[in-house]
This record gives sequence, structure tokens and C-alpha cells, in this order.
Amino acid sequence: MRRKKELLGILAIRLSVLFVLVSLFAVLIFISLNGLKVLNIGFLLEPPKEGMTKGGILPAIVGSLWLSVGSICFALPLGVLSAIYLAEYAKGRRLIRVIKVGINALAGVPSVVFGLFGLAVFVKFFGFGVSILSGSLTLGILILPTIIRASEEAVLAVPQDFREASFALGASKWLTVRRVVLPTALPGILTGAILGIGRAAGETAPILFTAATFYQRGLPHSIFDEVMTLPYHIYALMTEGASPKYQVPIAYGTALVLLLLVLGINLVAIIMRTRARRAQKW
Amino acid sequence: MVKYKIVTKELNFWYGENHALKDIDISIPENTVTAIMGPSGCGKSTLLRCFNRLNDLVDGTQVKGEVLLDGEDIYRDSMDVFLLRRRVGMVFQKVNPFPKTIFENVAYGLRIHGCKDGAKLEDRVRESLMDAAIWDEVKASLHKSAFDLSGGQQQRLCIARAIAIEPEVILFDEPCSALDPISTAKIEKLIEELKQKFTIVIVTHNMQQEARVSDYTAFMLLGELVEFGKTEKIFTAPKDKRTENYLTGKFG
Repeated sequence: MRRKKELLGILAIRLSVLFVLVSLFAVLIFISLNGLKVLNIGFLLEPPKEGMTKGGILPAIVGSLWLSVGSICFALPLGVLSAIYLAEYAKGRRLIRVIKVGINALAGVPSVVFGLFGLAVFVKFFGFGVSILSGSLTLGILILPTIIRASEEAVLAVPQDFREASFALGASKWLTVRRVVLPTALPGILTGAILGIGRAAGETAPILFTAATFYQRGLPHSIFDEVMTLPYHIYALMTEGASPKYQVPIAYGTALVLLLLVLGINLVAIIMRTRARRAQKW
Repeated sequence: MVKYKIVTKELNFWYGENHALKDIDISIPENTVTAIMGPSGCGKSTLLRCFNRLNDLVDGTQVKGEVLLDGEDIYRDSMDVFLLRRRVGMVFQKVNPFPKTIFENVAYGLRIHGCKDGAKLEDRVRESLMDAAIWDEVKASLHKSAFDLSGGQQQRLCIARAIAIEPEVILFDEPCSALDPISTAKIEKLIEELKQKFTIVIVTHNMQQEARVSDYTAFMLLGELVEFGKTEKIFTAPKDKRTENYLTGKFG
């Protein structure tokens, strides 16, 4: 009887994994098959033409890259410093708890709300307009909780022995954090950054009102320009325009490029993390 | 005439309500090995960590009394704790090299104290590794991870790291408790040699080790210093009944 239950359990586990893998690959294959039809060098290097029925998606690729890089430039230092404060400096359990509740609440806010916030604060109040800057800041706030959590965990996971050894050599707290704790926590921090970038590149709602434009002929010239982005371009292709016959295949092509872009960014970050780990295995 | 490096006067220490050190008066002679022994929880590590104020890192502690290093109270307000720890180095029970290369481990103390001269760094790292009797084993792999070394080698690397900044005192907190007998023997021999240059205070559980390496012995029990004197005297003719009981294995 017990043997039977165990077999049943293992079967359930295997089926779950199978289901996950099948659905994952179904998505990948479906997007690839549909997307590959339109994917070629021209598609990557040309702007859209003739009311988005022809041409490529270069401005959207560039726009998405700008926003991802911009948001991580903003969120990574802020998130890592906050995590260091929480893990190393903050005194008093209540204060830490209040801050953490705040961060968790931030993580649970629907992304379109961030879009509205970005519109009100960055676009209007600060007057950055609909621009790369506004979009990056909005996306940055969106991915902050992810980065803070991952970084805090990484900092807390650094063994106390390392800190003691550093203090015993006459190092100050800040020197210890900078020269021992941070380098040791780096792989974990990079993991947070990977997750953040992936999310920033794929989000649509936060940039809807803050950065994205429907159509752009050239490339953005400054951080105050609005941009096309991959997710928003897919949305536009599927909802606007008069020739779905041409637009839908382009949408699939765009989706494939977005997928590859996110995977590519993750891959780079994973390689960086592996290198960082190898340099200091313990 | 014996010169005393560290002198405590009516030193008391509390972790919250727990009175961990009670009126400790001890005078540690310069360029000797002084061992502190006693059963677990007797306060010997706490006493050791008063000498470099590493106890400051623990919240809710309280100190009363004086700890004099060369006659100056290290608990006075104007004391520079970072400078103190530069003068009083420490080697820990848990072998704890940094997740850096062998070279960077030893160079760390020099770097944080502002040494940027590459040639000088290299010289000091080499000298320190030689003094810690590990140079021959690591000279070919200075830029490999410290974690590639064996436990005993790592502990000698930690000793090299401590002596690189040229402290006056080195505190050893049960440095061999995680090591095999051969590594232990190497470190004991090293401690013998190091007392030429440094004043050494070592905390240990191991009575044989105590007898082998130390010139002076302190016996502690329940936060009190029961007896302190030359090691051979303590071991052959202890004055206090409690010391005798401990040495003969009646408790501990």
C-alpha cells in the first residue's frame, strides 16, 4: 500500500514537470515557427514601413534596450544600497519590518499603476515628458523590490566570519562592506539584476504612458525622446492598423525578437555571475 | 624585569544580564605565549575579545574596569578602535580566509590601511607568508583562491594575514580546534616561533596543547580568573583546588 502511494507521488511529480516542460516548449516553438517566417537581417535593421505592414523593427529593439539599460542603471545602485542598509546598518526590528512591508507592497502593485504614477510624476511633475528617461525611472521603480530582495538575501548570506576577520584587521564597517561583503554577495546581486532586466524588457503597462510611442521613423537621439519598444509594438500591431494579414506575422516576429533579447540578456548576466562565483568559490 | 603588554584591572563584562567576566585582574608579559584555559562558557573567549574590543560588535554588552595595552586603557573614549585592532591581531577558531586569492588575503590588511605601493605589498605578503611557515607551499599559487588550500594551510594563511600588518599582539581563539593533528603540530610550532616578535594570547580547550605551547597559563571558571602563573607551576603544583580538579579531569 505504502509502495503504491509512493509510486503515485512520484508519478504526480513527473507529470507536473512534464506539463511544465511541454507548455514552455509549446510557447517557444509556437513563437519561433510563426516568428521565423518574417525574421531576417532586414527585419532587425530596418524601421517599419508603409503603415507597419512592411519593414523591420529596429527602433523597437533599440528602444527596449535603452529602457532596460536605463532602468537597471537606476534600480541597481539604489536597490543594492538599500539592501546594504537593511542588512548591515538598519537598527531596530520595527523599522526594518516597516521598510520590508513597504517593499513587498511595492512588489505587489499592478504594473499599470506604476505607469500612471510615472505619468503623473516623471512625465508631468518633473516635466521629462514621454521619454526614455521617464520610462526608465518608472521601470526602475517597478524592478526595485526584486533587486532589493535578491541583494539583501545575498548580503545576509555572507558568513559573519568574514566580517569578523575584516574588523579584527582594523577595517571600518564601510570598508568591510565594500571590500568583503559586497564582492562576496556579488553573484546573488547579479541574480537579482538578471530577474530585474528580464522583467523590465518585457513590461508593457508601465511604459504605455511614460515612454512608448506607436510609431517612430528614426532612432531616439537623447534620453528625452520617446521610443518604440518591442512589447508595445506587438500590442500596436495586433490592435491598430488596417491590414492584419501583414501585421500579425510581424507581431510574431517581434515577439520572437523580444524573447531572444530577454534570453540573451539573461545569458550574459548568467555568464557574469558564473565568472564572479568561480573567482571566489567558498 | 618582566614587561607587561596587556594588563586588566577589575575587568567586568556583561552580555545583557549575563555577567560573563567577573573582576578579572591579569597581567600578560610581553613576548611570551599566555594560554587561557577553562571549560566551555567560562568566559575565556570573551576575555580574549576584550583585548581587541571585538565584543563591541555584539549588541547589548557592557564593560567595566580597565584593559591596559602598554599602560593605556583601550576602553577610554578617545581610543581609536581601528588602530587598536591594527596593534592587536586575531586568528579565529573557525578558519576564515576571505573568498579572495591567497595574495589578496594577506594584502587585505595592508590595503585597508592605505598601502598602495605594489612592490611594498609584494614584499610584505612574502615576508608574512614566510613568517607563517606557508610560503613554500603557496609561492607558486599566490593568485589562486584561498579555498583551494587545506584547512591547516588556510589557518596558517589566516596567521599570515594577521601578521602582515605588523601587530604587537596576536590573539588566537582555539586556532586548532578544527584541524587534524599534523596541522595542529605545525601551528603549535609556529606559535613558538612567533613569540619572538609578538606577544601571544591563546585560548584553548586542549590541555596538552596548553602545556606544550604556553609560558604562562590562566585558568578560568564561571567568569572568574581562578589562577594565573607560569605554565609548569600551574600544571605541577596548582594552588587552587579547582584548578587541580580541572587538570586531573574531575570536571571540564
